[in-house]
Amino acid sequence: MNATAESYTTEDGRTIGPVVMEMKNITLRFGGVEAIKDISFDIREGEIRAIIGPNGAGKSSMLNVISGFYVPQEGEVWYKGSRRPSMRPYQVAEQGIARTFQNIALFEGMSVLDNVMTGRLTHMNTGLFAQSFWKGKAEQEEIANREVAEKIIDFLEIQAIRKTPVSRLSYGLKKRVELARALAAEPSILLLDEPMAGMNVEEKEDMSRFILDVNDEFGTTIALIEHDMGVVMDLSDRVVVMDYGKKIGDGTPDDVRNNQDVIDAYLGVAHD
Amino acid sequence: MFYREAGDFNTSYAEDQQTFPIKFDRYRYYVVLFIAIFVVPFIINDYWANSFLLPFLIYAIAAIGLNILVGYCGQVSLGTGGFMAVGAYACYKLMTAMPDVSMFIHVLLAGLITAAVGVLFGLPSLRIKGFYLAVATLAAQFFLVWLFNRVPWFYNYSASGQINAPERDTFGILITGPNTEAWATYMFCLIFTIASALVARNLTRGSVGRKWMAIRDMDIAAEIIGVNPLRAKLTAFAVSSFFIGISGALFFSIYLGAVEVGEVFGITKSFLVLFMIIIGGLGSIFGSFAGAAFLVLLPVLLKIVGVDWLGWPTDIVAHLQLVIVGGLIVVFLIAEPHGLAQLWRVAKEKLRLWPFPH
Repeated sequence: MNATAESYTTEDGRTIGPVVMEMKNITLRFGGVEAIKDISFDIREGEIRAIIGPNGAGKSSMLNVISGFYVPQEGEVWYKGSRRPSMRPYQVAEQGIARTFQNIALFEGMSVLDNVMTGRLTHMNTGLFAQSFWKGKAEQEEIANREVAEKIIDFLEIQAIRKTPVSRLSYGLKKRVELARALAAEPSILLLDEPMAGMNVEEKEDMSRFILDVNDEFGTTIALIEHDMGVVMDLSDRVVVMDYGKKIGDGTPDDVRNNQDVIDAYLGVAHD
Repeated sequence: MFYREAGDFNTSYAEDQQTFPIKFDRYRYYVVLFIAIFVVPFIINDYWANSFLLPFLIYAIAAIGLNILVGYCGQVSLGTGGFMAVGAYACYKLMTAMPDVSMFIHVLLAGLITAAVGVLFGLPSLRIKGFYLAVATLAAQFFLVWLFNRVPWFYNYSASGQINAPERDTFGILITGPNTEAWATYMFCLIFTIASALVARNLTRGSVGRKWMAIRDMDIAAEIIGVNPLRAKLTAFAVSSFFIGISGALFFSIYLGAVEVGEVFGITKSFLVLFMIIIGGLGSIFGSFAGAAFLVLLPVLLKIVGVDWLGWPTDIVAHLQLVIVGGLIVVFLIAEPHGLAQLWRVAKEKLRLWPFPH
């Protein structure tokens, strides 16, 4: 592995930047259960970082720690070179970290366009008073942000459904709209919690393509949790493997594939 | 057939985001405004003003206010009557303390005072949701009515415990007290109703409205995408109470003229406004108007049909009204939770293609 502060170039010619986020000795407990035990890893700028592991390994908990939803009992989160104090989730969002959820968490009562526009909320700051008159500052801000939202809608090919209420969409489209909402925030780190859960092969291919395109076109750093090994190995630059709250492997897909602990965790091991 | 949008293209985001993106709707809205401003004041009489137009306009403001809180932000409130009382008493104290100031200022200030009280009683919403929040606002309702009943300072130590609106004018035209003209009170209320509807529409279509709706639909996801739940809920309480306070001030000073707080602003008032937005449509400005019009017109129509035409006794008609409203609430909650506004939307969808749906 390279030194943490330097950039390097991957085999396919993409530049991976220095470390943007570092988790140091994170421990998270729920009562007597240790969901995460003393885990450290880092995320580099511009890379696709996968977190894998069997059910109950603590992957989603890890993502919740990053997005500020859980506060770990021990350990530090370093973001862009400084230690991040304990924060509420909306403050984490303001810092440029967006995420999607394992179970879709869209705003069902709103249209697709409105859902994507909620992703722009951290970029909109017109006061209540100016908004009640609309003309002027509020309208300009709305149009400027609408242009960004439309770019994302265009990118993810959901133009045709932009005025449709989200509750009428199919599962696959909802997943895509949720990705659009997260992308609309123009995050520096995008967290994806099982973006391909419950999809058929075709939808998985589409989603994989979108994830690669996002990383390629916007240069967004992506951390994702996924169960489909084929997808993970194809997409990601580096992989963290967790089991029972512990880190058992970390490295390129090839490293991880040949790691004995990982093989044991996934295939089981004979106890005698 | 009746409803054409062919050839009606929006070529900019500003055009796409206007309140009535379809030309036909836009012109109909202008026609309604024109009639309300330039025709109705010339043909209005006291009967129509007092039995329908004034209560409709004033309840519409209260319904818009409650709809922002319940329909857009998803925070159930049963304290509407109490907050209307705050607006009424604030207006009364301002009118008697500063007789020379225009009524416009008094009503706006009454709204602002109610907004502050609303924020205070909205604080529990950060910890409790749904049914439990409704009970907390119910406490606000009873506490506020008790307060205005028991503290003589609020009713200026009058012997009856009532508050009576003194004669006040704005721009030289008398609008409160017993000697007002119907058109003047109507125009005064109309200005506030139109302004409230415009402000509510502007807020709900922009980023503030999306924050409210995000909190309503899924508060956890809202927080993850950067909505500060504390601020979003409290702004909803503030804006909602502002409108409800204005409507309370108008209800007392323009419409009734004299108020006994327990009778006028009791729990039944809270339920009446809540029924308006349930029947009219949660999360819709048009629904607030439709619900207010429906529940104000229903007793008038029932009285005309039942008492004047059929000759039934008055008390039977009054009870019949309760039965009908109760039945309608159940029907709407089961069959069409989005109320009259949704029925209107569906009708428009169908009319686009009628009579050739294929």
